[in-house]
Amino acid sequence: MEVLRVENLAKHFPILGGVLQRTVGYVYAVNDVSFKVEEGETHGLVGESGSGKTTVGRMIVRLIDPTSGKIIFDGEDVTKIKGNKLKEYRRKVQMVFQDPYASMNPRMTVKDMLFEVMKIHGISRGSEYERAVELMERVGMSEEHLYRYPHELSGGQRQRVVIARALSVNPKFIVLDEPTASLDVSVQAQVLDLLKELQDKYRYSYLLITHNLSIIKYISRRTTVIYRGCWVETAETQDLFSDMQHPYTQALISAVPIPDPTVKRNKIILKGEPPNPVEPVKGCPFSDRCPYVMDICREKVPPTTDVGKGHLVRCWLKK
Amino acid sequence: MLLKVEDLRVEFHTYRGTVHALNGVTFDLDKGEVLGLAGETGSGKSVTALSIQRLLPPNARIVSGKIIFDGIDLVKLSEEEMEKIRGRRMAAVFQDPHTYLNPVFKIGRQFVDILKQHDPDVINSDKKEKVAREKAIQMLKEVKMPAPERVMEMYPHELSGGMKQRVLLAMAYSLKPDLIIADEATTALDVTIQAQVLEIMKELQKKSNISIILITHDLGIIAENCNRVAVMYAGRVVEFGRVTKVLVDPKHPYTQGLIRALPRTDKEVKPISIPGTVPDLVNPPSGCPFHPRCQYAMDICKEKVPEYREIDGVRVACFLYGR
Repeated sequence: MEVLRVENLAKHFPILGGVLQRTVGYVYAVNDVSFKVEEGETHGLVGESGSGKTTVGRMIVRLIDPTSGKIIFDGEDVTKIKGNKLKEYRRKVQMVFQDPYASMNPRMTVKDMLFEVMKIHGISRGSEYERAVELMERVGMSEEHLYRYPHELSGGQRQRVVIARALSVNPKFIVLDEPTASLDVSVQAQVLDLLKELQDKYRYSYLLITHNLSIIKYISRRTTVIYRGCWVETAETQDLFSDMQHPYTQALISAVPIPDPTVKRNKIILKGEPPNPVEPVKGCPFSDRCPYVMDICREKVPPTTDVGKGHLVRCWLKK
Repeated sequence: MLLKVEDLRVEFHTYRGTVHALNGVTFDLDKGEVLGLAGETGSGKSVTALSIQRLLPPNARIVSGKIIFDGIDLVKLSEEEMEKIRGRRMAAVFQDPHTYLNPVFKIGRQFVDILKQHDPDVINSDKKEKVAREKAIQMLKEVKMPAPERVMEMYPHELSGGMKQRVLLAMAYSLKPDLIIADEATTALDVTIQAQVLEIMKELQKKSNISIILITHDLGIIAENCNRVAVMYAGRVVEFGRVTKVLVDPKHPYTQGLIRALPRTDKEVKPISIPGTVPDLVNPPSGCPFHPRCQYAMDICKEKVPEYREIDGVRVACFLYGR
């Protein structure tokens, strides 16, 4: 069952200039992103820096409002909800940010943090402490950690606490924005396994936002690739890796270094620089750097082609 | 052999106490070789790089050990003598290029100033400015910078991260040093841009037979670009040898664990974490620094620091291979 769907989501941030602070242009952060997430599954959103993936995440949790497009959660349009409805939505849809230290108050203990969130949403009134202990155990930590301050925890532990805080309000959907980017590889797998385990047990749905394709491959069931704020390909993760269709996806996957010197392959080295988000997208977002670019690519937005099993790609080559 | 680091020990004095950052680092680098220094946060990769350049901060001290660069022990050199080596004979490219470019001067100005300071061809010419400018443009072409003449007139903030990194690479390369140290030089870049920069680095290296020390936490980068690799843990090199051996058939339990912990794009694997966390180097563990996290730890591992053993051409510091 589908839990979340975004349709043609866009966000253009105005650039203010001059004495009167008038809008002199826009940063085209997100231009056209659509995908859907099934209940209890992980959907990967992959793109490079500036592709708009974090902005998409922030729109989904309604930290910022989209310029256009729709966010449908549980069959209901939540793009413009306000007040108590929004508060309830935010309980159901939680977010875990990249830098756990930056999303904690350095003067609060873990216990204070968990209590605060539960109080705001009126969860486990009277039995907050028991719930806090239970949450710590859920993320593989213990009661004693409740009395720690953020600086007394390791990076991996901080990420667990932030995850525990997100879980404290019984969410249904969690946006994970680069959840392991601040961790060393030797502990990264612990956090990934924890996320998987929690999903198996409690059927959480995740949107995993990352630039790291190996993590996507390990934990996402479906994946959407975005470039310049536009989705270019979406598929079951297995199909995406075995049968990538879009030239950008091909270049992206081929650029990931493989830690095995016996693997020999041809790398696609893209020419050109990363896109400038101040310029609006015309035609295919990848046309500036695409090795197969044709005239039409610069003029018209490519149509969506289904190559089978819901593997969608937007490229003129596939038409 | 261009560089030989021998039993290097470095301490930092902090308010928390003495941090034992390097506890006997040993490796060597041949002429024209690309050597990888791999390890996680706090393993001592960057401190090793800074020590080689003698750029350690004032609260750090080289306690003992040797850094033999082309026959000279750099540890013994005065700051003035070191200045003649830095830039001309060894150069560095760091993770955050914007920190190393002055935001208020154009790229061209900064590049020309470096050449006027260090490049003998420029210093000995009577048209310094013109010669330096031409050479700078030439160097920007070598790193495949689009429109180098225009880039000369740009300020750092007008360039993307990948372009800034190429500018720094061009600057480092322009003096034809014997050694370039690239400290997480592509970490902040997107993978597609990272691939570009690494490709350029490889080309320059092949063309002029420069030695490179590539410092990174990404074993993939090491596998694809290095001849040999030194795997560091808690301020020591635990395994050192050819990439085709160390990454294919790792001997040290830490190297084995590190490789197993990686999710992969090229095959189905279940990554497995190494239990525990990196040791606190104010109070490093006794004996082998990895023993608290090692599944094979024996009594002796807690008591004594393992010496290097050579197995199959790979140097490994672990009691599993004899004591």
